[in-house]
Amino acid sequence: MRYSGFRVIKEALTGHKGWKPVWREPEPKAHYDIIVIGGGGHGLATAHYLSKVYGQRNVAVVEKGWIGGGNVGRNTTIVRSNYMLDGNEPFYEFSMKLWEGLEQDLNYNAMMSQRGIINLFHTDGQRDAYTRRGNAMILNGADAELLDADQVRKEHPYLNFDDARFPIKGGLVQRRAGTARHDAVAWGFARSADLHGVDIIQNCEVTGLRIENGKCLGVETTKGFIGANKVGCAVAGSSGRVMGMAGMRLPIESHVLQAFVSEGLKPVLPSVITFGAGHFYVSQSDKGGLVFGGDIDGYNTYAQRGNLPVVEDVCEGGVALMPMIGRARLLRMWGGVMDMSMDGSPIIDRTPVEGLYFNGGWCYGGFKATPASGHCFAHLLAKDEPHPVATAYRLDRFRTGRMIDEKGVGNQPNLH
Amino acid sequence: MIINHPLLGPRDASEFTYLGDASLIDRPDWQAENVSEAFYEYGYLRDNPAGEHQELWYHEAGDRSWLVVTRNTLTHEISKVELARDVARARGRSK
Amino acid sequence: MTQTNRLNGGQIDRNTSLSFKFDGRSYTAHPGDTLASALLANDVRLIGRSFKYHRPRGLLTAGSEEPNGMVELRTGALKEPNTRATTIEMFDGLEAKSQNRWPSLKFDALAVNDMFSNFLSAGFYYKTFMWPAAFWEKLYEPMIRRAAGLGALSQEADPDEYDKGFRHCDLLIIGAGPAGLMAALTAGRAGVDVILADEDFTLGGRLNSETFALGDHSASDWAAQAVAELSSLPNVRLMPRTTVIGAFDHGIYGAVERTGDHLASVPAGKPRQILWRIYTQKALLCAGATERPIAFENNDRPGIMMASALRTYANRFAATASQRVAIFTNNDDGHRTAADLHAKGVTITAVVDVREDAPTCYDYEVLKGAQVIDTKGRHGLTFVEVALADGSTRTLESGALGVSGGWNPNVHMTCHQRGRPVWDDALAAFVPGENLPVGLSVAGAANGVMSTHGALQSGAEGAANALELTGVLPDLPEAEDAPVSQTPFWYVQGCKRAWVDQQNDVTVKDVKLSYQEGFRSVEHLKRYTTLGMATDQGKTSNITGLAIMAEVAGKSIPEVGTTIFRPPYTPVPIGTFAGRMKGQEFHPTRLTPSHYWAKERGAVFVEVGNWLRAQWFPLPGETHWRQSVDREVRQTRASVGVCDCTTLGKIDVQGTDAAEFLNRIYANGFAKLAVGKTRYGLMLREDGMVMDDGTAARMAEDHFVVTTTTANAVSVYRHMEFARQCLYPDMDVQLISTTEAWAQYAVAGPNSRKLLQKILDPEFDLSNDAFPFMACGNVTVCGGLRARLFRISFSGELAYEIAVPSRYGDALMRRLMAEGEEFDVTPYGTEALGVMRVEKGHAAGSELNGTTTALNLGLGKMVSKKKDSIGSVLSERKALVEPDVLRLVGIKPLQPEDKVTAGGHLMNSEGPVDAAHDQGYVTSAVYSPILNSNIGLGLVKNGAERLGETMRLVSPLTDLTVEVELVSAHFVDPEGERLRA
Repeated sequence: MRYSGFRVIKEALTGHKGWKPVWREPEPKAHYDIIVIGGGGHGLATAHYLSKVYGQRNVAVVEKGWIGGGNVGRNTTIVRSNYMLDGNEPFYEFSMKLWEGLEQDLNYNAMMSQRGIINLFHTDGQRDAYTRRGNAMILNGADAELLDADQVRKEHPYLNFDDARFPIKGGLVQRRAGTARHDAVAWGFARSADLHGVDIIQNCEVTGLRIENGKCLGVETTKGFIGANKVGCAVAGSSGRVMGMAGMRLPIESHVLQAFVSEGLKPVLPSVITFGAGHFYVSQSDKGGLVFGGDIDGYNTYAQRGNLPVVEDVCEGGVALMPMIGRARLLRMWGGVMDMSMDGSPIIDRTPVEGLYFNGGWCYGGFKATPASGHCFAHLLAKDEPHPVATAYRLDRFRTGRMIDEKGVGNQPNLH
Repeated sequence: MIINHPLLGPRDASEFTYLGDASLIDRPDWQAENVSEAFYEYGYLRDNPAGEHQELWYHEAGDRSWLVVTRNTLTHEISKVELARDVARARGRSK
Repeated sequence: MTQTNRLNGGQIDRNTSLSFKFDGRSYTAHPGDTLASALLANDVRLIGRSFKYHRPRGLLTAGSEEPNGMVELRTGALKEPNTRATTIEMFDGLEAKSQNRWPSLKFDALAVNDMFSNFLSAGFYYKTFMWPAAFWEKLYEPMIRRAAGLGALSQEADPDEYDKGFRHCDLLIIGAGPAGLMAALTAGRAGVDVILADEDFTLGGRLNSETFALGDHSASDWAAQAVAELSSLPNVRLMPRTTVIGAFDHGIYGAVERTGDHLASVPAGKPRQILWRIYTQKALLCAGATERPIAFENNDRPGIMMASALRTYANRFAATASQRVAIFTNNDDGHRTAADLHAKGVTITAVVDVREDAPTCYDYEVLKGAQVIDTKGRHGLTFVEVALADGSTRTLESGALGVSGGWNPNVHMTCHQRGRPVWDDALAAFVPGENLPVGLSVAGAANGVMSTHGALQSGAEGAANALELTGVLPDLPEAEDAPVSQTPFWYVQGCKRAWVDQQNDVTVKDVKLSYQEGFRSVEHLKRYTTLGMATDQGKTSNITGLAIMAEVAGKSIPEVGTTIFRPPYTPVPIGTFAGRMKGQEFHPTRLTPSHYWAKERGAVFVEVGNWLRAQWFPLPGETHWRQSVDREVRQTRASVGVCDCTTLGKIDVQGTDAAEFLNRIYANGFAKLAVGKTRYGLMLREDGMVMDDGTAARMAEDHFVVTTTTANAVSVYRHMEFARQCLYPDMDVQLISTTEAWAQYAVAGPNSRKLLQKILDPEFDLSNDAFPFMACGNVTVCGGLRARLFRISFSGELAYEIAVPSRYGDALMRRLMAEGEEFDVTPYGTEALGVMRVEKGHAAGSELNGTTTALNLGLGKMVSKKKDSIGSVLSERKALVEPDVLRLVGIKPLQPEDKVTAGGHLMNSEGPVDAAHDQGYVTSAVYSPILNSNIGLGLVKNGAERLGETMRLVSPLTDLTVEVELVSAHFVDPEGERLRA
């Protein structure tokens, strides 16, 4: 069923009787060409591109709970391609371009809103680092602008310019960046994958990987064994657990990132804003809520909840940066489990087990990568070679010394 | 969270700085035969268990002890807190 | 000025009149009122508009779960959007405005949405606005955005203060209703430390809303007596106006105390609210229950309220929404409301009870087996349409309708650590399940114990069990103990535009559509329809949504599942979480001992981490910072300059293994460093990247003084303690940070020796032979003041660093300036420091960016392979030692006046300019007044082999392309003759 304004009007006039389920609820088949473990944003995107772009029709996504229930359903919805390093920027810019055409590609309105992002800087050193980054973005074909303090003030007059402990000296802007409606991204990919024949199997937890003679033959699940020629794992915070079933230790730790939303407010924030002197980033949703976050809690955890010190730290940054939000109320806080990698950059690669592929290590930046991650993982699964923009995301890069460390904090995941 | 410091008693976790898996105590011998591989695994690979986890916390806003805390990563329950130095010695580290 | 809907009785102070304004009109109220009760007393039912359809809305509840009656409270910078009228304690002069309406509350242009509601069904926006593609950003989305939100921020800085505090107790009791009060009495009398917190300003919970008796007292009198007794106990702390917002790990609860919100203005210096972290041994949740609605056609009109809320308004606040009230109920509690209102003289037009066996009443009509099927009244309820048991219909002329669908235990806090509530068939409600936060137990209605007697008893037992008290429990007053009789009844069959989530405009039809489209998991339902995402967090809506979903799915409610609740229990101002950490107090400010001296000299300061450092010292007549900085550099290089370098990290390392310890910490060797000598030390992270650099001075065989960069002082100390305790536990070595114990100054320039000699006590010889380059030692200055002297140089000049105990820092600086007059001494700031280190080619923060190896920085030979040191092994990885890795070089524009931009990228002199052809980047750039040229440092692929090459420095971000030459990074005195002079 094609979605359109006309369709909405027609259904409205005929009692909405014609809307069909957005995806089927199939029982698993005995065998698939490709099984994707994880019905989150990346898994569903992988299925979409596998089926639509790479012509794979015998594909299943297995999900332990309900689709879109992981980090794609609990993030701060920011989309951007403002990276510095060669290994990253082409990939994220590829992702940005996919975002820009996503609604037409999926025939589903994920409400991508290119309202821009500004990364504020407060020292000369930060300005130099952002200059380097902005130049790298432009040299990679993305857009970037450097604003001085006066220009920032013109666009964001409500920021703290007069009583700031760390005065704002300027900001790096990417106008094409913005936000998207996170749940809709998962649903849109799911709907498209389903339309292209992918079986999306919810409430089907993978309990084991069947590996014989170094080859992966399929997955053991709570709905029984499902055979596959290839198995791709895209389970974010659960990476350690699932790949552990194949006996693999990963360069990944699981950490919790908290996020927050305020009560609905009339529009005040024109773009996404990140604070350079504290842990705080914020945007305003189309419903009016301030959606914001900060640092991860910093300890290994699989619990989807955090603690008060980080809540306070984030709000301190928020009020320091924009004192007007002191009287806005925080409505809800939640936590997502992040697959924090050893250099802060992701992995899309084969594994030592034949037929088993891994996609993970997205840290707290996985949402913006969703389309490209799906596209590149589909490419890898379908063609057995990395997509040209994802060649740096090797699993063995730590062994060879080819880290992609944007923040320069080294092999300590909770600092990335 | 509250960490029951072996010397100082219960302290709020915000007094501490977290490092990671207590396997970081087990630094390989620099003259080992497979030294590159050993340091790669030491530096980069983690068990990352969903359950009991031995991990290093530093009492930065306190007495500067490094502690090995045994904590469940699913429930956050802390079952044991030891001085890292004692653990290191027990694991055979010396000078 | 007439309060036409004011009843008799109630807990308000009629002797005092307060005036307040709503939407510009003045009204009167009494102390004890909330804004909500005062509005009702003044016959104001219409208070706001709903989110999506802009439907007229009034009050639904009398508590913090209110989804509809929200206003903008106060004015100007104090404006507080989305404030629930039900929780606003009345004060004189209160001003409030309705929100989400334009131009006025009664005539709201966007109410047109309601007419098109059929086109705006759940999730409609996912299916449209896609064509043509460009219209989304330009037209559709701006349109949607403009309509977003309810209230508006003032866009001014919040002028109020907030505070934070810590409290400890044996037992935290959350909620001061019958269960909470009884628990507090039980625990309080047993002598343990108790905190009793309740969100209301009057403790007692529903006891203040009821007319029945507890023993010989009215319910509210009993509550007041209990509160009086508890106040007299020194071990009990009562915290009214305090909402416990969340259960966090290890028995820590967050709580928000509203200390100033009930006042016309917060007294100067006092906080508006306080965020408490309460550390508990045990906690008892006595949060009561929330009445739930029944969905029926047009159930959202102003005047349609929860039955228990009507009762609260009548009994506690002496107010009614109308003089003619109907009740719609599925349980006995609805009848209680009818009886209480009737007793206050309100006309009960009928009690509509879905049960055939509803109780009978002779004072007013009870319509058994009947249902409300529609309502009328544009800005407020006028008529209620009822379908009677026999199939006929009746119209009740009523200005208010009380709805009771039974009660939901307030289980929120039990879910904060992934606990999931379980379904109780007898109650037809979710009750607390397993996996409660450690130390938390539940009593009273929150635990599904719905009678007053039951609540009292379970409170007493709950406290006793939690604390393992032995002995006799306190006597309980006699109280009602009626069994719960409710027939699950969620919505009236056939209804469509029947609101489930009133604030977000989610109707029964939307929930059904969600199921039809496959959004069948509870979480999908919630996300697709926005059910339960309103500011009440689903307190008044979730269960009805679940029930409808269960019915269309042919499942039971527990089979469909439940969403869990997350903190905070009710919304909390962001300012409360921030507390005092805002404005200048956002971070602590660290000042060096000579800060005030520098201020006197007119220094311009810069934030360096938490430190403030002098950036430059302008002289009269200097109008541009470059003039000052150039002068400071020239004067220093020509004669002598002094720079405050106190902020460098200083770590004292002592013990017989100190040298060997440093040998492991630093990549270069330290074991053989002679006493009285200083060495530059390069510290790697274990992954082989440069972590920090600094110097280590051997003051004695077993004593080193280590310096770190300002930025890494804390992390280096942590790292060294890690090595000491975790890697080398048996080494005899001790560390202590002495950063704040010593004030330290760099004295640099050809006349630095002469200047220092003037303050050094005569027995110390500073000649090049006696105190050569890299010497260090303990000295005395100015007649016996102990000091440490290091002959080290960051500027490349003959230079020293001298350290004195912090309290002498200011005096030493003044003395150096006075004694230096004859040499034309200048103080110099961080800018001149930066210029000179770039001229000298020293790597600093911009080069030590965490991704550079010693090899990158031209220091590869320093990494000793003859010993074990941290980072040595991993620095050898293949990709880190390939021939074309980045190398540090100097960068000089072909035209000296051309700008060198830090962050610019370097490209070959010919060929494409793009990422694929990127050769490196500029890390630092300064103007060198010595070379009369802009210069920079950069990291360039294989740069060490490319000196002399011309490259293009490009910075498309700042619109710059400059031709540069790669040169040695050591622009000034490459042989180091000056610093050895």
